[in-house]
Amino acid sequence: MIDKLSWVAAYPEILLLTMACVIALADLTVKTPLRGATYVLTLLSLGAVALLLGMAAVSGTTTLGFGGMIVSDPMGNWLKCFATIAMMITLVYGRGYAGQRDMMRGGEMFTLAMFALLGMFVMISGHNFLVIYLGLELLTLSSYALVALRRDDVQATEAAMKYFVLGALASGFLLYGLSMVYGATGSLALPEVMQSIAGGEATLKGSAQVLTLGLVFVVAGLAFKLGVVPFHMWVPDVYHGAPTAITLMIGGAPKLAAFAIVIRLLVEGLQPLAFDWQQMLAVLAVMSLLVGNFAAIAQTNLKRMLAFSTIAQMGFMLLGLLAGVVNGDTGNMANAYSSSMFYVITYVLTTLGTFGVILLLSRSGFESENISDLAGLNQRSPLYAGVMAICMFSLAGVPPLVGFYAKLSVLQALLASSGAFYVGLAVFAVIMSLIGAFYYLRLVKVMYFDAPTQTADIEAGLDARSVLSVNGALVLLLGILPGGLMALCAQAVAALLA
Amino acid sequence: MGLLSLAIWTPIAFGVVLLALGRDDQAPMVRWIALVGAVVGLAVTVPLYTGFKLGTAALQFVEKAPWIENFNIHYHLGVDGISLWLVLLTAFINVVVIVASWESITTRVNQYMGAFLILSGLMIGVFSAQDAMLFYVFFEATLIPMYLIIGIWGGPNKIYAAFKFFLYTLLGSLLMLVALIYLYTVSGGSFALADWYQLPLSGTAQTLLFFAFFAAFAVKVPMWPVHTWLPDVHVEAPTGGSAVLAAIMLKLGAYGFLRFSLPILPDASHEWAWLMIALSLVAVIYVGLVAMVQQDMKKLVAYSSVAHMGFVTLGFFVFSDLGVSGGIVQMIAHGFVSAAMFLGIGVLYDRVHSREIADYGGVVNTMPKFAAFALLFTMANCGLPGTAGFVGEWMVILAAVKANFWIGLLAASALIFGAAYSLWMYKRVYLGAVGNDNVKNLIDLNAREFLVMAVLALAVLFMGVYPKPFTDVMDASVAELLRHVAVSKLPQ
Repeated sequence: MIDKLSWVAAYPEILLLTMACVIALADLTVKTPLRGATYVLTLLSLGAVALLLGMAAVSGTTTLGFGGMIVSDPMGNWLKCFATIAMMITLVYGRGYAGQRDMMRGGEMFTLAMFALLGMFVMISGHNFLVIYLGLELLTLSSYALVALRRDDVQATEAAMKYFVLGALASGFLLYGLSMVYGATGSLALPEVMQSIAGGEATLKGSAQVLTLGLVFVVAGLAFKLGVVPFHMWVPDVYHGAPTAITLMIGGAPKLAAFAIVIRLLVEGLQPLAFDWQQMLAVLAVMSLLVGNFAAIAQTNLKRMLAFSTIAQMGFMLLGLLAGVVNGDTGNMANAYSSSMFYVITYVLTTLGTFGVILLLSRSGFESENISDLAGLNQRSPLYAGVMAICMFSLAGVPPLVGFYAKLSVLQALLASSGAFYVGLAVFAVIMSLIGAFYYLRLVKVMYFDAPTQTADIEAGLDARSVLSVNGALVLLLGILPGGLMALCAQAVAALLA
Repeated sequence: MGLLSLAIWTPIAFGVVLLALGRDDQAPMVRWIALVGAVVGLAVTVPLYTGFKLGTAALQFVEKAPWIENFNIHYHLGVDGISLWLVLLTAFINVVVIVASWESITTRVNQYMGAFLILSGLMIGVFSAQDAMLFYVFFEATLIPMYLIIGIWGGPNKIYAAFKFFLYTLLGSLLMLVALIYLYTVSGGSFALADWYQLPLSGTAQTLLFFAFFAAFAVKVPMWPVHTWLPDVHVEAPTGGSAVLAAIMLKLGAYGFLRFSLPILPDASHEWAWLMIALSLVAVIYVGLVAMVQQDMKKLVAYSSVAHMGFVTLGFFVFSDLGVSGGIVQMIAHGFVSAAMFLGIGVLYDRVHSREIADYGGVVNTMPKFAAFALLFTMANCGLPGTAGFVGEWMVILAAVKANFWIGLLAASALIFGAAYSLWMYKRVYLGAVGNDNVKNLIDLNAREFLVMAVLALAVLFMGVYPKPFTDVMDASVAELLRHVAVSKLPQ
């Protein structure tokens, strides 16, 4: 039995867990206020994990481990690799901010971040309902603690409570749905569930209703985690209330994990029910685009605006997922899911840049979180304004920035399914991006056309500044040469579906 | 790297360097770097003209490399007789605009110059792209620098103008994007224009696609009734921005009709030609009348641009050699003339800080040299024989008369309005007694301004007297285009 465990499939997770424990202990000896040693050690560990994942992903192999409980495949490895890098970037941007806000009395931020990342890994690798659920809980429990890390802050504490109550509800939904699917199919392993439904055994037993009801709960649980309408209520409050560094930790890397579990559960597990869940996703996507875009226009708080923008962006991403199976024809699956994967990866990259600017503009006693705080940024720092403008144009979907190709590939997946319904969805999505363009442009306007209201010097560490420049440059460069990342997503999804 | 790539990327590279300079404490150096960039950018386009083979409609200076392999998108460049002069015009206007903005821009000079250089490279990209997605990327990317140019260096109401410009054009182009992806799907996965030219399409599909392209291109041209953004934007944009907008950006739309609507959708183009001709005539006549009552010089020239672009679209949709060639000639001529008109207004604005016609009068007394140039450009604007403005309009009117006498008559009558609003503005601004103290204290053109005006004047006169180099280049390509448009693409 022990030789069948295939430890190799879980090496990155094991390394991450070990280092998280080591760093938790090592931090006890660190005395400096900004926890330099912990910070460097964390980045080194994460770098090693990312390297390991990158190598595994490049090899392109798919390995099942622990008796089929987890899987190490190219899609999972790439997503884990990007999530690790996103977490590293988050820590680089957020360290100064957290230090000024009394969030680093201990090294919990680093340890919790690593455990959250471990939760994402388990979600992404999970090949079994329960394992996926375990990963999700590890991520969310760490996130609750992270949001509450600034424990003397009323807003943050309130956000943590909200996040916890709604998150627990969502987890309950998901677990309830999974239990019904288990009841109908008699298995928790993804391939067996799939076979059971495809072979008709699950429906023969007269449990088709149970299965469908279970699916509804699963989709609702996933929608909570993705933060799409009508399960989006927590998103603006938590984005707004959490310390900005933690907002980025919640709004960045975990989106990759959320995408992965959508693929694992709905495609790898419940693909024969695609007709049903695609309809549900269509409703979620349309509502998210509507509510997200219109509500974002009305915001004056930058973090709330970005929260609604996230809702809209996730809605757009879902459009790709619902174009996979058309009238029983599965030919468009690879195309559709890889377009969504590309969308979510580039979205995370852009989000990192956006919040990076907000974090670096904040200083002790000053949260740079109102849109008006960015006024005249171009005169104060052309670099920050440039990065922010690039990110905004990218989110608006203007070429030659990477967000355009994300929208292009999703629209292409929709139109490739050739049905009036899908063409209608594409036109709707396009009109919604026009509305979205308005509030993204407004931010550019504030930075470039308005006169500055703040005059304080912008101080940020060299590490954060250089990472921010690279981040902004990547959004532009991936826009000029998006082919590589697209091919990577296509290969990863093709390996998954093979 | 091919010549076209050089023409696109040289100005962009210089622009990026300027942006990277950061804060603007080195304005003089920045101006010189920008000028060098623009001149080098113009110089690399010269071999395109000297090496261009006449008498063939084939693409020349072709470059092709895979770009995004997943979607079969290629970095495919090439020019034919239709686009060659537009590429040259873009590089030329870029130099002119940079020289013209030498002293009038004093804040954030590096960003201003950088934006113009990048914009110029992108527009050359639009004119030379042979892959629809590459075209779209360049086409859309031009919005970003222009948005910033209007918003940062514009007039009092610049924010409204910048948003109106961006959102108006974005709506049109997004519908075109859906059309492009649809064509990609039905063509079996190709974005190559050459493939799309051979693609059979049903009547309904053609009509829908025609209006999707119409949404993008008509807004850009702009055609009546979607022209309302242009006067607002022109009034608020800085002088250089207005010049580039009128001289080049409007041509992106007209060029789009020639590259996409006509050859890909010949049946729909014929079916809806009546609508296009009607809208063009409304632009020519009604907007011409609107121009006459304007109090603001920039607004007047903006409306006159809409009227002149009406001739372009009118020429395209009568489907004759003369009409299409006339339309293209008119595009180039309008590039020279409108740039000169806006830069001329800029000369006055720099001195008096007003664009109101009523604030001037008798400028000829204090600025005789400038008034002479202005007279030439005004004459060109009303299409006087011997100037650039005459050639294109004359060809289009001839073509229209051949197609239908009444269309020709209506189009020709517009020349009267053109003369009326141009000359009346000239009379009120330049002639008569000195109007007020501002005008009394005016100083005539300095050497730099004289150079800009002289170069444009030479171009306007040369094109008016000897249009052969322009028409020779496009003959074969236009003939080929019309042969193509005459063949139905409805599935048998």
